[in-house]
Amino acid sequence: MTALVMFLIFVGATLVITYWAAQRSTGTAAYFAANRQITAWQNGFAVAGDYMSAASFLGIAGIIAFQGYDGFMYSVGWLVAYLTVLLIVAEPLRNAGKYTMADVLAYRLNPRPVRAMASLSTLIVSTFYMIAQMVGAGALVSVLLKGIGYNTAVTGVGILMVVYVVFGGMLATTWVQITKAILLMGGTMVLSFLVLAHFGFSLSNFFDAVGQVTYTENGQKVVRDFMQPGLRFKPPYGALDLISLGMALIFGTAGLPHILVRFYTVPDARTARISVVWAMALIGVFYLMTTFLGFGAATIVGRDTIAVNGGTNMSAPLLAKSLGGEVFFGFISAIAFATILAVVAGLTISASTSFAHDFYTNVMHHGREPKPGQEVRVARMAAFVVGAVAIAVAIVLGPTANVAFLVALAFAVAASANLPVIVFSLFWRRFNTTGAVAGLGTGLAASLALILISPSIMGADRALFPLENPGILSIPLGFLGAVLGTLLTREPAAEVKFDELLVRANTGLGAEPAGPLKG
Amino acid sequence: MEQWKEIAASSDFKRLVREKLRVVIPATLFFIIYYFALPVLVGYAPRLMQRRVIGNVNLAYLFALSQFFVAWGIAGLYLRAAARLDVLAKKITDRQAKP
Repeated sequence: MTALVMFLIFVGATLVITYWAAQRSTGTAAYFAANRQITAWQNGFAVAGDYMSAASFLGIAGIIAFQGYDGFMYSVGWLVAYLTVLLIVAEPLRNAGKYTMADVLAYRLNPRPVRAMASLSTLIVSTFYMIAQMVGAGALVSVLLKGIGYNTAVTGVGILMVVYVVFGGMLATTWVQITKAILLMGGTMVLSFLVLAHFGFSLSNFFDAVGQVTYTENGQKVVRDFMQPGLRFKPPYGALDLISLGMALIFGTAGLPHILVRFYTVPDARTARISVVWAMALIGVFYLMTTFLGFGAATIVGRDTIAVNGGTNMSAPLLAKSLGGEVFFGFISAIAFATILAVVAGLTISASTSFAHDFYTNVMHHGREPKPGQEVRVARMAAFVVGAVAIAVAIVLGPTANVAFLVALAFAVAASANLPVIVFSLFWRRFNTTGAVAGLGTGLAASLALILISPSIMGADRALFPLENPGILSIPLGFLGAVLGTLLTREPAAEVKFDELLVRANTGLGAEPAGPLKG
Repeated sequence: MEQWKEIAASSDFKRLVREKLRVVIPATLFFIIYYFALPVLVGYAPRLMQRRVIGNVNLAYLFALSQFFVAWGIAGLYLRAAARLDVLAKKITDRQAKP
């Protein structure tokens, strides 16, 4: 009950934000990029909000609660990945692009094939990411709020995200993200504080308890030291899978379209840079606290209790219940739900922007809008379609679908298809259209194919590819495809234009300016 | 078209790119090596990583924890270096702003 009330308060607040944003944003740059008026701290919170999805808050807490140290490896990778964004991608992207990742890729190449492939890759990454979130939301709600079914919950999330995106555009989506990031940080801090208080504010008591976690395995009581690695990543392939996961995270984050579009919402490259550092501070503190959430759930609630009360994903909410009672349980559950809602809205806007800007305007209409304002209209329609598809697929998959592999797939696809092409177009003069199309195509095909023959899909016994995560093979293949494609052909025009891209990316000359917001 | 070529060939711009790569390349190599040392050691040297250091806290956990501070440290150092690069870039953009 409390969860429902708190959740309704959040929904009400976000609808007010959407109304406010709709009043304020008119025009293409306003709809797609909030007129590039978002400040550094605001964008830092929005990037962090986009990133700290259900997979982080519910998923990582759950993996640590069930498999100890190995779950913490996810946390580490998710933060360190931002160094790739900071050092290599954020500033050149802001300087040389307009609305989408493909703006930079297509800059000196033949725009139509490159944009078509980049748009396809954006839609695939966003859709997998989004379906995972929707399935998570539906499962969460059907456990939390008895009486509201899975299908109703999924449909509700879908409708809300379409409302934010269609009416409020990037400005509303950004502020929904900021609000949620503040709530999530706050809730996680209180929860961590309560865990520490439970152990008398003694870290040594806490870590001693983590050293002796008791639970039932195959009908037997066992005691395990959760500080020790190896509970999830076991021989013979555990070590390789760990490295593969690390590669997907480190190289995939800088290729996630919904993170990249955030750098177009700030006035200049310097602000983009500072906003990444803001995001790193928030994300780092958050993932450090997953130690307290996950280990806290393992020691205070216990694996056995979590297993019969909704499973791994419910670890953090159940921890809140046992430490803070029903009201706090409601509060944390509402935050988890708000998290999903905001991330889904962020994914929808990046997917629909890419469809409208890359595919509709640039591929179908050779870079000119048939009528002024048409691009925004197409993006709004695309948001409807994306929402409807996500609702339908999430309902078909059902609440028991294994969502972890969908998120891993999104990161692996982004790392294998998008990152090689982004890096080469910025740093390699010889790089050309054939290389970009081959790189995107090979990366997409390799990561999708390897996932299809992995243990997640085929089962551990029959899998043709032994690793859960394809990154270790598909990322090198993506790079290889881009290199071979480039070397097969020569494109003098692309090489000549490299000087222009290099100057723009590094100095900000000719970058898209920030526009005024209507008062 | 000519204007971009001219800037790209100017000594100021070449210096900017050189200085930038001198910051970005070592920083990137360092964080990639430091990061991947963690899964490699945890995966292939579990005995070493399981060694307890303070109470029940082992090397694996401390190494993972250190990743956070190393990442923040690199970000901080990069912010400082980038402020210096901004000055170099501004020299180039200011010259273009003048007719």
